[in-house]
This record gives sequence, C-alpha cells and structure tokens, in this order.
Amino acid sequence: MKLEYFQMIDRIAALDLDARTIAAEARIPEQSPVFEGHFPGYPLMPGVLLVEAMAQAAGWLTVALLRFEAMAFLAAIKAVKLRQFVTPGHDLAITARIEHVGSGFAVADAAIAVGGQPTCEATLTLRTLPFPTPALREHMAAAAARIGLAFPEPRHD
Amino acid sequence: MSSTYDQVAKIIAETCDIPLDSIKPESHAIDDLGIDSLDFLDIAFAIDKTFGIKLPLEKWTQEVNEGKATTDQYFVLGNLSARIDELVAAKQA
Repeated sequence: MKLEYFQMIDRIAALDLDARTIAAEARIPEQSPVFEGHFPGYPLMPGVLLVEAMAQAAGWLTVALLRFEAMAFLAAIKAVKLRQFVTPGHDLAITARIEHVGSGFAVADAAIAVGGQPTCEATLTLRTLPFPTPALREHMAAAAARIGLAFPEPRHD
Repeated sequence: MSSTYDQVAKIIAETCDIPLDSIKPESHAIDDLGIDSLDFLDIAFAIDKTFGIKLPLEKWTQEVNEGKATTDQYFVLGNLSARIDELVAAKQA
C-alpha cells in the first residue's frame, strides 16, 4: 500500500469471473504522512481509505468482468460498517462480489478482514465508462501488472 | 399480479423516497420527479433485478445525445414501462 498515492491493493490473491468474486491483499504501511494527521500520537487507518480499498478491489473485479474495456469509478457507498480500528502494519484481506452488472454501472458487496476478523463492509455502486484517456488505461495496465492481474492489449476491431 | 408500471412506480417511490401518489404514468423521471443520474442507477438496478433484464442505459443515452431519440421515450414512466415489457418479451422470445 502507498496511501498517499491511493495504491490500496498489493496483490490479487484470487479472481473468479464466473462467480464474480475477487480476493485481494494489502499491508498497511508502518509509516505514512497520512498517519501524521490521522491521528497524531495514535495512528489509525482512516475508514475512508478502508472504503477506498474495498472500492478498488470491486473496481478491479468490474474492470476484469468488462474485459478491461472500461474503467470503474466509485459512485455510491451504502451500508458501510467500520467494525474495528485498524493500525499500521496489519494485513488486510479484501473481498468483493459483484451483485449486478448493469448498463454503465455495477453493484458490489465488499468486505475487509484483519486477522480473520470482520473489519468493515459496504455495498458499492460503480459507474463504468470507456477509459477516458489512453494515459489512464496505461496506468491501469501497469497497476494490474504490479498486483498480478492480466490486462490484455486493447482490441482494435 | 401488478402491472409493469405499478412495479416501476413502487421501485421509484421506495428508492427515491417519493410519495407513490405523486408518481404518474405521464411523469418524466428527470424533469417531473427530479431523479438524477445517480439515483437512476439505483432504479435501474432494482428494475434489472425485478424483471431479469438489463436496461440499456448507455444505448439510450447515446441515442438521446445523438438526437435519435428523446428522453421522453425512455424516461416518461409509461414509456419506460413499455420499454421494460419489450425487453422482457425479447428475453423470453
């Protein structure tokens, strides 16, 4: 994880397109400028960044389901529960399941566990749009390679 | 069994917290009921799940943007219900 760069996923542990599920892993860094403010003398992983981690896992799953021809953007967050504090150095087990892929959107249920304990959960709506710029697609391809996800070349047909 | 329109009106009332009696077949989801694109995603999700279809929102948006269709054709609730019936029939064919 590099919190200040919004790199929330370290590795894709499992991807099942038939079951529409993904499992991802991430380790919260011991040091980050984020912890200088959240909170001084009591570093905690911000809940909004836990939600972002779930959104990115659901996003990767959505992008993969759409054959890497569209980008997923977080549009709505529902039923968020942050069940316990998460501190630097802990490993996150992030899971997501796509409930529905509609036209231009997807709905996912996502969760994070730490040490096997349910830590947070949310229902996320993602808008899906064709990659708005080649640069974003290239960035996503590089990010996919970094986390162990196959990202095919764009189709030209 | 309630009509497609009745089910759509109920979905909109519950999803957007709009009184059911203020929703009419001639109501335009955007212009009359003030439903924005994000709220309409929730409605589309509920319609997709209820009717087992996939509302082609991207295709409809493209047609409207290209001037090939009006928003009335897709977002006046009576018309939306007719489009849903067409999609259900096409799926069953």
